Amino acid sequence: MTDTLVTPTTRSNTQPGRLGESALRPDGIAKVQGTYQFSGDLTADGFLWGATLRSPHPFARIVRIDVSGAWKISGVEAVITADDVPGVPTYGLISQDQPVFASEYVRFVGEPVAAVAADHPDVCRRALEAIVVEYEVLEPLVDPERAVDGSFAPIHPEGNVIRRQRIVRGDQSIEGPVVVEGTYELGMQDQAFLGLEAALAVPDAGGAGVELHVATQWLHEDRKQIAACLGMDEQKVRLVLGGVGGAFGAREDISLQVHTCLLALRTSRPVRMAYSRHESFLGHVHRHPCRITMRHHADHDGRLLRVEARFVFDGGAYASTSSAVLINGITHAQGPYRCDSATVDGWAVRTNNLPCGAMRGFGVVQACFAHEAQMDKLAAAVGLEPLEVRLLNAMQTGDHLITGQVVESVAPVARLIRELAEMPLPTEPVGGHDGDPMRLPGGAGRTADRGDVVRGIGWAVSIKNLMYSEAFDDYSTARVRLAEGVATVKFATAEVGQGFVTLAAQIARTVLGVDDVVLDSIDTQIGSAGSTSASRQTWMSGGAVDGACRLVRERLFEHVAAQYDLEDYQLAIDGTDVIDTVGDLRIPVAEATAGLELDETFEHHHRPTEDLDEFGQGNCHTAFAFAAHRAVVDVDPVLGLVKVVQVATVQDVGRALNPLSVTGQIEGGIAQGVGLAVMEEIISVRGVVKNASFTDYLLPTFLDMPDVVIALVEEPEPQAPLGAKGVGEPPTVSSTPAVVAAIRDAIGKDLVRVPVRPTDIVF
Amino acid sequence: MSEFYSLHVNGATREVRDAWLGESLLFVLRERLGLMGSKGACEQGECGSCSVMVDGELVCSCLVLAAASVGQQILTIEGIAPSGAPSDVQQAFVTAGAVQCGFCTPGLIMATHALLERSPEPTEMEIREELSGNICRCTGYGRIIDAVQRVAVARRTGFDMPGGAS
Repeated sequence: MTDTLVTPTTRSNTQPGRLGESALRPDGIAKVQGTYQFSGDLTADGFLWGATLRSPHPFARIVRIDVSGAWKISGVEAVITADDVPGVPTYGLISQDQPVFASEYVRFVGEPVAAVAADHPDVCRRALEAIVVEYEVLEPLVDPERAVDGSFAPIHPEGNVIRRQRIVRGDQSIEGPVVVEGTYELGMQDQAFLGLEAALAVPDAGGAGVELHVATQWLHEDRKQIAACLGMDEQKVRLVLGGVGGAFGAREDISLQVHTCLLALRTSRPVRMAYSRHESFLGHVHRHPCRITMRHHADHDGRLLRVEARFVFDGGAYASTSSAVLINGITHAQGPYRCDSATVDGWAVRTNNLPCGAMRGFGVVQACFAHEAQMDKLAAAVGLEPLEVRLLNAMQTGDHLITGQVVESVAPVARLIRELAEMPLPTEPVGGHDGDPMRLPGGAGRTADRGDVVRGIGWAVSIKNLMYSEAFDDYSTARVRLAEGVATVKFATAEVGQGFVTLAAQIARTVLGVDDVVLDSIDTQIGSAGSTSASRQTWMSGGAVDGACRLVRERLFEHVAAQYDLEDYQLAIDGTDVIDTVGDLRIPVAEATAGLELDETFEHHHRPTEDLDEFGQGNCHTAFAFAAHRAVVDVDPVLGLVKVVQVATVQDVGRALNPLSVTGQIEGGIAQGVGLAVMEEIISVRGVVKNASFTDYLLPTFLDMPDVVIALVEEPEPQAPLGAKGVGEPPTVSSTPAVVAAIRDAIGKDLVRVPVRPTDIVF
Repeated sequence: MSEFYSLHVNGATREVRDAWLGESLLFVLRERLGLMGSKGACEQGECGSCSVMVDGELVCSCLVLAAASVGQQILTIEGIAPSGAPSDVQQAFVTAGAVQCGFCTPGLIMATHALLERSPEPTEMEIREELSGNICRCTGYGRIIDAVQRVAVARRTGFDMPGGAS
């Protein structure tokens, strides 16, 4: 059974499609029928295909580029290199350190060197092969510790250290009496969204501007970077969201956007670019590999006294969001536990490995893997059960983080732990009642004797910040028009599969009392929505849609009050009617809006945050969400195979605005956490990627995915516009350490690295 | 280089002009015949996004040469419910919450129809095994399994379960 148990919550006065209901996706039918247009499905009359030439070396000096061979191939319409970038030659989300095309040096395998446009993908392929690039191959920097210790000459003008930050808080002299310590490592995980990078660029007549249809997480940030590289005014660059086939962080950075626009402007024809899976692995940022050493000091009862930690994040060749990932990692070093004293040192460094940036969990996945292994060690050291030591130290609202920030969010950590302990364990024995070998680790083909298989149980708990941090003015914009009983909602929020389109309509129906909601196209013809990342869109864009709807509703009430000689503050929406709460008036919203058009725009900003000082102190984060996971695994210690049998979770969601969507986020997030625990890793040897394909990079399939059991804790978050916390990241953060703890429990080995490989289990 | 041939797609004969013989069935369906419902996500038969039926057999259209499919009956996602109303499988995917980004969905719809044709009441393990050639990165598969089970139950009992998490 795939048991999914969503804790029922009393919901009164809800109608289909309102907040709190499992409303269905408005794009669902188009998606199941295959008519939903993903960015790779978009086409235009007279279009050309674009393609990218990439570096085969992790580090090399470009001696010479000769593109003349490409021009000789029939069907080739454009060949461009760094010399053809009219504006700023580099881009980047935080630091603009990444070239549109490499000119002097290539710094990672897969770095773009040139691009072509032609009438057929195969002509593009032959044109790329005809471009001659002469490289002077250099010794690559692949060990991040050599960037930390300064023993490797800078591989980039901005140096090999992207950022260093310390956190120093409380009594630094505390030692023991109980001390546990360990060094942990995480491999490079790929987001592996299914819908490959793809875009369609359509140039304006005369090349004065360009319209780009692209799958991205943040239209306005893309536009800013693209316009700078094109040397164009931002108003001349219009972005439209092409259907997005998943994102998980990998679409926050520029990939093919600038190249596609450049080719379209150069040829004065529409250009389609579409990455292959191999290219996609090389062409977007990944989850940072990380090495973490932690030492926890506690009293004899298991109460945390001090945490010491050192983090090294391998940012790869370009900065992307590494500096923010670093801050997320180190500021979450304590986990969801009280700890008054901390000494943390963190580095994000540059190497000639693949660039890393955002992926679901954003630095906190790394921290959580380490602190949860430490909590289990602490439990063992003081003779407590794993959940007991966590409960003893559980953070509450009002506690301080190691940054000095007070946790003002609802923080039901103890409740999560208690409820998790009550969740039902799988009733099936190893291999199941029916003896089907498919239920054993490795499946039917690779399984040892069932008698060898051992079961283990592990737990992990997490804290994850929501929204952006460190003084960034984070906001989202929405516009709502109400006319003839129909609400039209406009926003630039990237729908990447998470279901914001469903939620936006639920908000409008609930606040305005309408059944019919039209969602306008998602593009840059309105203010920014910020990024679909950091578990922020339900809060931020949800807040913007809610705010715009409330403004419209105020205007509606003013109108009705004037018409019927009532006080507007006495009016309310009840179902699809406007009612007088102290009188008899009840008129349908559609009737009340006859002949009216109400049109309001609202920007939702979250409260300001601060930068960290040199001791890592400051109110740098906005809000927090918590989750707890329990994993049950069967392990074959002879062959080193793992079957994750069940993951149970209790998650702090504030309020489940759409329980079905929340379930989907939790199950999907756990799948990615399980993947990191036991199979997913981009493997590089001296900077050369070895498994950039779905044959060689393993992803969880139907057979790998455990049963998931879910309970939600709904304690509405006072800071959040709708009481709801983001739910996307927490499932990914603590599921990985729970699975690894379960494997440790099964075989008694001190596993310190993910993904856990068969050799880690056997030897 | 260029060739002229015909394919039987979704019950109609479709002419393919100026194609290269090296083009995959997926490429020809999408780029020459405008049937964009089949998706490409790995180009090596690992993810199932491009699944179509050829002469009643579920195949990855990225691994089949279009020119080798001449004379065979090809069924794509566009031919599953051509009247416009969704099939029971398609509706169940929406109702059960089996769709997030939706990129893997057309392939999974094809695979689910094929599975239920072969085995009208599959066990959960059978569903997992039979659909394990289709990768979904968003959902963690739970709601998809639920959708398939809903269809199996509805076909047997004639009763559709309401939407939502179960």
